[in-house]
Amino acid sequence: METMLRDRRAVLVFVGPALLVYSLIVLVPIVWSLGYTLFEGNVIGGFQFVGLHNYAFLFSDKSFWQAFLFTVKYAVVVTIGQVGIGLLLALLYAFYLKKSSPLIRTLAFFPVVLPTVAVSQLFKKIFEIVPQYGLVNSLLHLVHLDAWIQPWLGQGGSAFWAIVIMDIWRSMGFYGVLLFAGLVDIPSDILESARVDGASGWRLVRYVVLPLLTPILFSSFIFSINGTLKVFDSILALTNGGPGQVTTPLTLDMFNTAFANGQYGYGSTIATALAIMSLFVTLLIFRSARSDVA
Amino acid sequence: MAFTEEIESGHLNRRQFLQVAAGTTLSLSALLAACGGSSTGSNSNTAAIEFLSVQQPNIGWPLVLSTITNQYAKNHPGTTFKTDFIAQGNLNQQVQLLAGQGALPVLYNSPPPDLMAQLTKNGEVLDLESTFQQLGVSQQVVPAAFAIVKKIFNGKFIALPFELNIEGFWYNKQIFAQNGLQPPDTWDQLVQIAASLQQKGIQPLSASGQQGWPITRLISGYLFRKLGPGALDSVKSGQAKLTDPSYVEAAQVVANLGKQGYFGRGVATLDYQSAVNLFLQGKAAMFYMGSWELRDYTTPSVNMIGSNNVGFFPFPNVTGGVGSSSQTPMNAGQTTSVNKAKYNAAVGGWLAYMAQNYGDVALQKEGAVTGFVVHNPPANLDPLTSLVINQIKQVSQPVLWFEAEFSTKATNISQQDAAPLVTGAMSPNDFMSAVQQAL
Repeated sequence: METMLRDRRAVLVFVGPALLVYSLIVLVPIVWSLGYTLFEGNVIGGFQFVGLHNYAFLFSDKSFWQAFLFTVKYAVVVTIGQVGIGLLLALLYAFYLKKSSPLIRTLAFFPVVLPTVAVSQLFKKIFEIVPQYGLVNSLLHLVHLDAWIQPWLGQGGSAFWAIVIMDIWRSMGFYGVLLFAGLVDIPSDILESARVDGASGWRLVRYVVLPLLTPILFSSFIFSINGTLKVFDSILALTNGGPGQVTTPLTLDMFNTAFANGQYGYGSTIATALAIMSLFVTLLIFRSARSDVA
Repeated sequence: MAFTEEIESGHLNRRQFLQVAAGTTLSLSALLAACGGSSTGSNSNTAAIEFLSVQQPNIGWPLVLSTITNQYAKNHPGTTFKTDFIAQGNLNQQVQLLAGQGALPVLYNSPPPDLMAQLTKNGEVLDLESTFQQLGVSQQVVPAAFAIVKKIFNGKFIALPFELNIEGFWYNKQIFAQNGLQPPDTWDQLVQIAASLQQKGIQPLSASGQQGWPITRLISGYLFRKLGPGALDSVKSGQAKLTDPSYVEAAQVVANLGKQGYFGRGVATLDYQSAVNLFLQGKAAMFYMGSWELRDYTTPSVNMIGSNNVGFFPFPNVTGGVGSSSQTPMNAGQTTSVNKAKYNAAVGGWLAYMAQNYGDVALQKEGAVTGFVVHNPPANLDPLTSLVINQIKQVSQPVLWFEAEFSTKATNISQQDAAPLVTGAMSPNDFMSAVQQAL
């Protein structure tokens, strides 16, 4: 093996094609996109150099800041929901549902394998008001709470929570399984000795399980926060960013700016801002994790 | 000897290395080539018409064009017609993508005027005024359609008017008769009718907030009646602003309709077809829409209230306004343009034949009123279709719609924010400011 790795030609043959493909389809578009931020125009009319104008405009653009705040709010709430409920599921699998755990795990994991658009359509029906009541409004009608019947997806506040519920439901099974894998790795003798020392229930979880689960919890947070910061398809299919732009995340704002409004340069600037934001959040989590995990 | 062992032992000589490298490169090239598309064009003898359309191949314009092409192909063997469907929301993006690669087909649904201006500069838009003159088919275009297309596209006839529509309020005659109501002459009367219907538990109006434009059309209708047919031309030229009080008033009166609940509670999420169905199932009394909806009105399986139960009244006058109800909002529907780069004698021959026959085939096959002259009107024309044809004849001055002269961005913002406007989540002033800023 060592001889093989010393042979530069061999290394080139093995790594070259993959590197070439990676460079062509990942690195070049990233650099290209960064370049676009200094231009404005489109492929038909051509691009004009505008310097840092797009970045300056970004700071005064109301819809960017609205999308930014929505993205942050959504990412925080959904990440806490996904990982928090995932943790509860994992504890449920490990400590209470010992024998029936595989069945419940499969059921809770099922939404993860469903196509996002199908899930969005499902939730659209659940929260529907016209042309007929969806599940939620039908139930309210059934129990004579007609005053509570709402256009859930037609109001900014309730539409936000509908998206949150959908995305937590869709992903909690994944985090449940991920954290369960961490839980089963905790040596049983540690848990036993903690129990002998009198720790049980919440105290056992708080002082023994959670500290041992910290590395995998941080991984879950990083997965989740990066996924939620870049949310796109589920919101596009459920509310399309509406009503108005109230549920528009940065990704959808970028998509609409570049492809619907034809502002490729400014769209790339929003993409750059989103990339910096993701990088910043990830570094923040790593930084806080390093001292705890090490 | 296994390949890895050959490498390990240093037996991979220069030739073998080159073979492996060449093989890898070829495989990659094949992979990349497979990702590319193919394009079809026309040679000078036969026309291969490809159409980038927001309508599916089996309905509307594609169906009419394919029928015409089949007739044409009897004397011009080899002529073919193919539809590439694209969702309406993705049209602009797809046109830009194809135009950027020089792959726009012969026919494509026209993107907004600002993009059309760029395509024209790029040589991908055929000037149909001069082309139709050369082909001797200028007289096949209805003058009103000709004027509308020119107004939309900055004085150039660069799109085919496969539709010619009037817009106005369609109402359920039975509901009106049962409640002793008459079609209104003024906006105030319209609001009174809506209030009276609402009181009786009947939803007065149906409109799709998800689409937005059925709501913003009411704003422009009010503006044309209040300020005259040039109201939005003044905004385009910069003489007036959408944030001027008289313009905000139009957004306010439409917002008031929403505030009173006249559009129903689910207006913000109601999609287009559901809004149509609410009216055609008798669940809403009035519906502002273009006459392209004749297709549904005359389809018994869709129209549950019956086509003889559908009445029409023009956008009512506004008291003290300078506009009049004979200035009718009209449009040529989603127009279609011809790619100059793919135009040749064979396409020209097909285009001339199409222009001569489109009006007749569309009316017979789809019951559609178009911007092309009808030579042989069917004897048993549906009463609603006759009504629309008569209304079009009575139009003294066509006017366009709210976003007709806006940029693509302003159009998107206007249609996106229409729902918050009528649900009260956005003030009329904020709505008009947002659109004005994006003009």
